[in-house]
Amino acid sequence: MSDVQRQSGAAAGLSRRLDDAPILEPGHTYASVTDQIGAIVLTHRTPAGWFIGFGIAFCLLMAFLYATAYLFAKGIGIWGTTIPIGWAFPIVNFVWWVGIAHAGTLISAILLLLRQDWRTSINRFAEAMTLFAVACAGLFPLLHLGRPWVFHWLLPYPNTMDLWPQFRSPLVWDVFAVLTYFTVSLLFWYTGLIPDMATLRDRASNRFAQTIYGMLAMGWRGSAAHWHRYEIAYLLMAGLATPLVVSVHSIVGMDFAASIVPGWHTTIFPPYFVAGAIFSGFAMVVTLAIPLRAVYGLHDFVTIRHLDNMAKIMLATGSIVAYGYLAEVFFSYYSGNQYERFVTLNRALGPYAWSYWALIACNIVTAQLLWFRAVRRNVFVLFVISLVINVGMWLERFVIVVISLHRDYLPSAWRMYYPTIWDFVHFFGSLGLFFVLLFLFIRLLPMISIFELRALVHETEGKD
Amino acid sequence: MNNKAHPMTNVADPYSEALAGPDESPALVWESLRARLASADGQLFWRSFDELAETPEFLDYVSREFPRQSGEGMAPEDRREFLKLMAASLGLAGVGLSGCMRQPTEKIVPYVRQPEDFVPGNPLYFATCMTLGGYAMGLLVESHLGRPTKVEGNPQHPASLGATDAFAQASILSLYDPDRSQTVMRGGQISTWGEFLTALAAELPDLRKRHGKGLAILTETVTSPTLADQLHSLLAELPEAKWHQYEPVGRDNVRDGAKLAFGEHVDTIYHFDQADVVVALDAEFLTAMPGSVRYARDFIDRRKLARGEQQADGAPHAMSRLYALESTPGLAGAVADHRLPIRADEIEGFVRALAAQLSVEVEVGQAEAISDANAPWLAALASDLTAHKEASAVIVGDGQPAIVHALVHAINRALGNVGKTVEYVPSIEAEPINQIASLKELVESMRQGEVELLLVLGGNPIYNAPGALEFGKHYETVKLRVHLADDFDETSFASHWHIPAAHYLESWGDARAFDGTTTIQQPLIAPLYQGRTIYEMVAVLQGHPELAAYDIVRGYWKRILGDGEFESRWRKALHDGLMADTRAESYKPEWSLQSETSAATSPNAGELGLEVTFCPDPTIWDGRFANNGWLQELPKPLTKLTWDNAALVSPRTAERLGVSNYDLVELSRDGQTIRAPIWIVPGQPHDSISLALGYGRTRSGRIGNGRGANAYILRSAEPAWFLSGVELKRTGERRSLAVTQNHHSMEGRGLVQLATLDQFQQNPEFIDPELRHPEILPTLLPQFEESENAWGMVIDQTACIGCNACVVACQAENNIPIVGKEQVGKGREMHWLRIDRYYKGDLDSPDAYFQPVACMHCEKAPCELVCPVGATVHSHEGLNQMVYNRCVGTRYCSNNCPYKVRRFNFLNYDAEFGYTGEQAPVLKLLRNPDVTVRSRGVMEKCTYCVQRINAAKITAQKEDRPVGDGEIVTACQAVCPTKAIVFGNLRDRNSQVARFKESPLNYSLLADLNTLPRTTYLARIRNPNAALGAPATIDTPPIEPTILDRVLERGAP
Repeated sequence: MSDVQRQSGAAAGLSRRLDDAPILEPGHTYASVTDQIGAIVLTHRTPAGWFIGFGIAFCLLMAFLYATAYLFAKGIGIWGTTIPIGWAFPIVNFVWWVGIAHAGTLISAILLLLRQDWRTSINRFAEAMTLFAVACAGLFPLLHLGRPWVFHWLLPYPNTMDLWPQFRSPLVWDVFAVLTYFTVSLLFWYTGLIPDMATLRDRASNRFAQTIYGMLAMGWRGSAAHWHRYEIAYLLMAGLATPLVVSVHSIVGMDFAASIVPGWHTTIFPPYFVAGAIFSGFAMVVTLAIPLRAVYGLHDFVTIRHLDNMAKIMLATGSIVAYGYLAEVFFSYYSGNQYERFVTLNRALGPYAWSYWALIACNIVTAQLLWFRAVRRNVFVLFVISLVINVGMWLERFVIVVISLHRDYLPSAWRMYYPTIWDFVHFFGSLGLFFVLLFLFIRLLPMISIFELRALVHETEGKD
Repeated sequence: MNNKAHPMTNVADPYSEALAGPDESPALVWESLRARLASADGQLFWRSFDELAETPEFLDYVSREFPRQSGEGMAPEDRREFLKLMAASLGLAGVGLSGCMRQPTEKIVPYVRQPEDFVPGNPLYFATCMTLGGYAMGLLVESHLGRPTKVEGNPQHPASLGATDAFAQASILSLYDPDRSQTVMRGGQISTWGEFLTALAAELPDLRKRHGKGLAILTETVTSPTLADQLHSLLAELPEAKWHQYEPVGRDNVRDGAKLAFGEHVDTIYHFDQADVVVALDAEFLTAMPGSVRYARDFIDRRKLARGEQQADGAPHAMSRLYALESTPGLAGAVADHRLPIRADEIEGFVRALAAQLSVEVEVGQAEAISDANAPWLAALASDLTAHKEASAVIVGDGQPAIVHALVHAINRALGNVGKTVEYVPSIEAEPINQIASLKELVESMRQGEVELLLVLGGNPIYNAPGALEFGKHYETVKLRVHLADDFDETSFASHWHIPAAHYLESWGDARAFDGTTTIQQPLIAPLYQGRTIYEMVAVLQGHPELAAYDIVRGYWKRILGDGEFESRWRKALHDGLMADTRAESYKPEWSLQSETSAATSPNAGELGLEVTFCPDPTIWDGRFANNGWLQELPKPLTKLTWDNAALVSPRTAERLGVSNYDLVELSRDGQTIRAPIWIVPGQPHDSISLALGYGRTRSGRIGNGRGANAYILRSAEPAWFLSGVELKRTGERRSLAVTQNHHSMEGRGLVQLATLDQFQQNPEFIDPELRHPEILPTLLPQFEESENAWGMVIDQTACIGCNACVVACQAENNIPIVGKEQVGKGREMHWLRIDRYYKGDLDSPDAYFQPVACMHCEKAPCELVCPVGATVHSHEGLNQMVYNRCVGTRYCSNNCPYKVRRFNFLNYDAEFGYTGEQAPVLKLLRNPDVTVRSRGVMEKCTYCVQRINAAKITAQKEDRPVGDGEIVTACQAVCPTKAIVFGNLRDRNSQVARFKESPLNYSLLADLNTLPRTTYLARIRNPNAALGAPATIDTPPIEPTILDRVLERGAP
């Protein structure tokens, strides 16, 4: 039997098992998978689009650095943050980025444990996205400190003052949660990269690349013992990472829920934040995956089936988020607490009502389109929906952070919040940082896990 | 030591020459010297016989590196001596700040004489006084190592009783203002006092020859006996010279009204503590009149219910009732039980009608028709006043015309109030005249070219003379113009000579209070620059440039008091801050006004169109405090505007004119035009625009220049306080304004608990028990240990008049920076203590409520829980402490503070104004050394004046006793004119604060949050008249939420 026949047989088996669309287009061999993905890094000419995209992102990053230098020189008064709106854009951005960071670990760890093999094609860049998003997220709480040069006081370290952080504060939990998440995500991502580094080392033609990839491959030779230990380690790390998916955003939710600010002080926040995070994370993965597969011709690996699955997850988590919104409204009424009631009314009818209704339109109304199979499988529409959801999730954090603060208990202290130009520079600048890192990743590392795809080729074969 | 140690001493040494004098070396024995020389081996150099003889004196001398001085201070018992020397050196260095000046020869601080009282680090207090509008307020000023840092009231002084107003609190900043004029200026060039004296000396002989013809002196209102004596003797010497007076916030109407009524100048003193019914006719008597601080105390003492609703004899507490008719919403109206917005030009008609109803002994002609809205008021007032004869007081504002004042005198007479609530004394002023007339006369003689030498001693007429007089134009024609002023201001710019004036804390002087009590003004510090006093300026004219203010003032009082007891009386006067037995004696002037039948000058409002009323600004007064950042940033009590004035209009008028907030409009009358932004104020009378004086300065300094609109331009010479028929034109432009409070309704949240007196008497327990005794919920967490002290505070909202003195006192005490207009607009003002103002009721005439809010020092403080670094922690005495050094600036504490009392240093605010130590070193002297200056990026808030708490605790500990009640007085409490703030130890059952907490009126703000605040409030009690439909019940539905705000926030940019 020829290879081609075997392949088509495998593909037929796949399509029977996995609905009508395959998770790997038929006709691929170990070699073709390796060639196609490895070539993006090693041999292909870098497309002009990469330079344009990188250039724009780099400019934004420079703007970010400029704004940060100005911030350090002048103080956070350059932002629109004020009393009573002590937290504003920076914290909105922080929560938004942390939320986006959630898809990576979910895809890598939970879907791995659940043996969802369609995750293979998207886990690598989803994890990379996670790392970069956490990097962006982590900057904001530091920048928004009044005295950022003493940020280390938030860490428990032995010091001559004999002082520790104040462990009752959710901000301290937050430091641990985000740092842990970043560390585990980084290790997990790197561990996943090792066999592919070896592949690149072996296929690289210039000495420099061989050396660098060789060092990163840490002496991987692909022996059975290597594979045995590797698989166990990877699974264990997946097990470790799994609770983090829930914990990080729960704690971010508790940053708000532990306070007594009406609109923040809600027990529903932790689960609702986690659902929202996954919602926005998948939206971002879709936002990134669609252009990537178009530009680099990865339609065989990131198939319509993947997009469909991710859209379903977005629909599910989006529904949880919608439930959260409804529960908030209901409980503010049911609590009988005048401040809670006021906050809800103020969200819907107050001076920032536009942001609340825009959020409902983006996150609830738009997400309902995903019930339709035709929508889920229309790449362009899905791309637009994912962008809309990203905007909606940013607005959600704006609604929670700013609208709750701008009118709380004493009407005399109520104020409007007006962001300044620097608020926007920092926000868009952080997008610059994110995309600079992402473009570098695409250029220098295999954006799809080669060895796992090869395994997929093998598995689909075996099922035949 | 042996003589071998100095083989090099062949160098000539003057000390040894001196020592070698034959008289000083009687012990020399020539024989032994010769013997020593003979026996010496090698070369022996000797330079004196002493050396040769090895006398003890000489050996002692060579043992010293610095002969005669060294070693003296090293002995332990001499440490005191050393410290004394150091203190003296520092003192000299401090004096040296003023450059190469001659050392002042006068004693400026008593501790020079009594050094044992002086402990470095402990402040000393000296009594002095500050004048505003000529009238003195007695002060005690805190001095740290010779620099004044904080102003307090003088409890013995009748105008203060221990409290002050906001102006006195902020005056300390004016002393250290880096923009103060620092040198004598001649035509804009730096010059010297000596050159000025030379220049003036050239003029004086001629003047003398002409008997003073061509000399004019312009002063502000003068109450100083010394200055009056000087000026009178000068005028006696130079009979042709002229003395003019002009005070922009003047009292011409008061003077003329008294003259009209009594035929002589009489000052009126009110005794509000005797009054059951008070009627204030456009009278801001609680803040803006001579004696206001005292009046506020007297008035509020009759309204406090905190100690229980019954008096000792079981009779119900007789709470007084205040009616206020106002043309500008003010504090009297906010405190009043009934408030009627009324155009300033309608008040005369109202008073005539009231006088007729009360059948005063003046024939008032035809009582006018009173508008329907005001008719019930007339009836109610007449009957309430009649019912309280001899125990009522009618007071009229300085802005109302003389005839209204005369009629009010008649009303008080008819009610039998004279001698009870109203007292007459001979005029306190040195020379009561109609100042506008005096200024006009000056302008006229300038126009005629009669004035050759004009000395403007204080004041700033170029800026603040009524625009219609064109003072500036005529001023230019005077041959020699001399101006004495704190700043190089508008008038200085137009003068040949500018002499920097000494601040009141730098100068000797004297002044009289509203009741005549005289205070000797003593300086706390030598003039920082080359400041001169008005006394010295007049002495120069008298040909005595060598006299210092000290000599002049002391010389005058020596003449008055006689030689016998002078020294002791003088010292006692300085110590007490007032001269004993100088209060003006009460007397009953003869009534002279028989009939006043001229038609009222106030026809119906509709005919005269828009009216503009001018009022002194509640924070920068007549503009003299324009460069005082504390006062510029102090929110105006009702509008909460900062850094600007605005054309205040009623909501209905705004609607009619089609203008909204921030719209820039042009106001013009008689060819004079100014541009001011609109601000809509509920309670403003319709078709009446209020415009505060004092803004639109062009040469006040970095703080005050170019802020707001100059209302003086629009002011006509008469009547100076309101103008009818003003044209308003929209410009289409908008101007930003910075307000500190954007929301005006309580949203039905019961933040200010209130009741009428009747309700309270029927049900003293009217406040929801949950607000009064917050539920202590069970907890698993350990409770705080009880300490012997538990600090707490009670704020009596019935007593709070919203005067802002506490806000500035807090700022002065705690080194709080100003942030500037743009930052206030963003909501970043730094005041630790703010006064919230809420409206309730009708949009056209709402009730206003004041609520001072500072850190509540919650026992279960939400802020402490969320700080990640433990920068805000609880003390065992119940203080919510802020550890600035530990703060990283997450601002979570502020978010979680339900009272929003935390303030954040978003920027380095001092640098924004060039106010840092490097840029303006003089401001370093201002800081309270007991309070940390905070850096950028750090949260801060009220500490209950922890520095004062600790000072009292240290004293108590040294004396081995507990801290007594009343020993700790917070800055806000000390300054409060009405004693609305009480602070103390809650653990001490007998402390005043603990007793106040037992009052049924006591409740916690936002008690349902279970934060257990240590600061609680006493409910506001009002005493409305049932005849006017007593509306203020606690059940009054709140204003529909946001309607008010929709109106007021309309057009927010």
